[in-house]
Amino acid sequence: MMRFVVRRLLELVVVFLGVTFLIYAMVFALQGDPIAALAGDRPLPDSVVRVLRARYHLDESLWQQYLRYLGGLLQGDLGTDFTGRPVSERMASRWPTTIVLALTAWLLEVLVGVSLGLWAALRHGRLADRAVLLGTIVVSSIPIFVLGATAQLYLGVRWRVFPVSGTQDGWPMGFLLPAACLAVFGLAAVSRLMRGSVIDAMSSDWVRTLRAKGLSPRRIVGVHVMRNSGIPVLTFLAVDLGYLLGGAIVVEGIFNMPGIGQLLFAAIRAHEGPTVVGVSTVLILIFLVISALVDITNSLLDPRIRRDR
Amino acid sequence: MTVEIEPSVTPAADGSVVRRGVWRTLRRRPAFWVCLVAVALLAVVAAWPAGFGGLFGGGDPYDCDLLESAVGPGPGHPLGTDLQGCDIYTGLVYGTRTSLSIGLLTTALALGIAFLVGTTAGYRGGWADSVLARVTDIFLGFPFILGAIIILNSTGDRSVLTVSVVLAIFTWPTMARIVRTSVRQVCDAEFVAAARAMGLRSSRIVVRYVLPNALGPTLAVATITVGGVIVAESTLTFLGVGLQAPSVSWGLQLASAQAQFQEHPHMLLFPSLVLSVTVISLIALGDMLRDALDPRGR
Repeated sequence: MMRFVVRRLLELVVVFLGVTFLIYAMVFALQGDPIAALAGDRPLPDSVVRVLRARYHLDESLWQQYLRYLGGLLQGDLGTDFTGRPVSERMASRWPTTIVLALTAWLLEVLVGVSLGLWAALRHGRLADRAVLLGTIVVSSIPIFVLGATAQLYLGVRWRVFPVSGTQDGWPMGFLLPAACLAVFGLAAVSRLMRGSVIDAMSSDWVRTLRAKGLSPRRIVGVHVMRNSGIPVLTFLAVDLGYLLGGAIVVEGIFNMPGIGQLLFAAIRAHEGPTVVGVSTVLILIFLVISALVDITNSLLDPRIRRDR
Repeated sequence: MTVEIEPSVTPAADGSVVRRGVWRTLRRRPAFWVCLVAVALLAVVAAWPAGFGGLFGGGDPYDCDLLESAVGPGPGHPLGTDLQGCDIYTGLVYGTRTSLSIGLLTTALALGIAFLVGTTAGYRGGWADSVLARVTDIFLGFPFILGAIIILNSTGDRSVLTVSVVLAIFTWPTMARIVRTSVRQVCDAEFVAAARAMGLRSSRIVVRYVLPNALGPTLAVATITVGGVIVAESTLTFLGVGLQAPSVSWGLQLASAQAQFQEHPHMLLFPSLVLSVTVISLIALGDMLRDALDPRGR
């Protein structure tokens, strides 16, 4: 058991180093000469360039620069934006909105996705099943900003069912519509996964045994099938929480919710490179940590996973 | 353009039993034909936009008349015009090439990497497998949109090629895993052992005996990926890190229409309908292909 946990944590470290290095190399090293860009049309004197290069450690090799960046990252230093404010400071006040939004979306995925999947599976091959399958495809074919804008116009502006934007109305009314838009993709995936895994279970030998024992269909599905089919769905849901925390860029932008995603959205629009990189890095790291935790929890719950690897 | 998916659905030259079975299953499903015709039609439009763009007059996506800004559907402009007075229908026709190109190019690039990495990892095994698995993990570690934002944000010139390359960087790992699993499954098969015993070179064994078995499931996922990439491109363009103005693409039409949505819904409606129908066809095709290859999932 310990061996698995240690191995998974080591993997996390390797992937962490790889991901941060990729980000660093792509963004900082491929951007051309920043000092020349800073100088504009008139070239700076050599002595000034030398001082500036030394101050920003540009005279070091890529590796040295990367290690310096990594050291800062480990101490919570995400760099500063163009006005000199630390990126981490700008993020701090925005976490609550993003977390509430992600959790609301996640709750919708769990409730609606699991029930839809179960419903489709129990009516396998019939109209309801086909409708759910088609629905999942249709939903994944609509770009999220089109979905968000449409929902906002009709449910918010025209019919006034939900507030149009912002978080002034508090939870749940202010969050429901954006959360639903955010949840739609994961919802489709969850119901497909649930459907597949319940169908698999229903045709298995052990369900036949339970039927032969005379258990009621309600008990077979409610207790036995749900428990067995739940594992892959739960795994997906857990990893998806990481995506939801980082995937709210478009939704928070459209619904103008003061969260991390909106910060990123605004930073991209305003071409604030350092903020974009800092925020994205944090979101990616959260995703990595959550996936590692999911794997470890899974291995605690199901010994087969430990042995597979 | 449909060539991408055809090899696995037509009874190919070798006419193996499995493949003929797949074709028989697909052939009977009306939905398969509907999707195939839709995709084929789009491919024709993409290959020859000039033949379709002028059907209702106009015909040049850059020939815009500001006096006719944001006009609803009517004679001369079957789907109306956008804020710049450009004909939406013509824009859609010319955008087909851009959007499909990005979808196909990204998927082709990703497939290339996936086959290279997947077969090496699956066939060689051992340390090559471990190293490649970690590399795959690193790329899977990026949430797709975030990774693309980081790179595209620092790329000044964003053309069809650059956007495709960046999207491919984040789409290959899933496919590489599928290739690796399929390769693993056939590696121990008797016919592979026989080929080894005959003293064939590794490259020949892989290309002739191992890869054909990994082709089916990977192409099914690739078809779905083409659809997903088209949606992703439009989202990136909306965020302002995708394609830029002189290009014509569905994503650009949608992104510019979104701001005007409340006053002029037609500007968003028609492009998103076309995009959705395309993506639905592609995803459904991939789904049916996968079901036909692996009937257990149905």
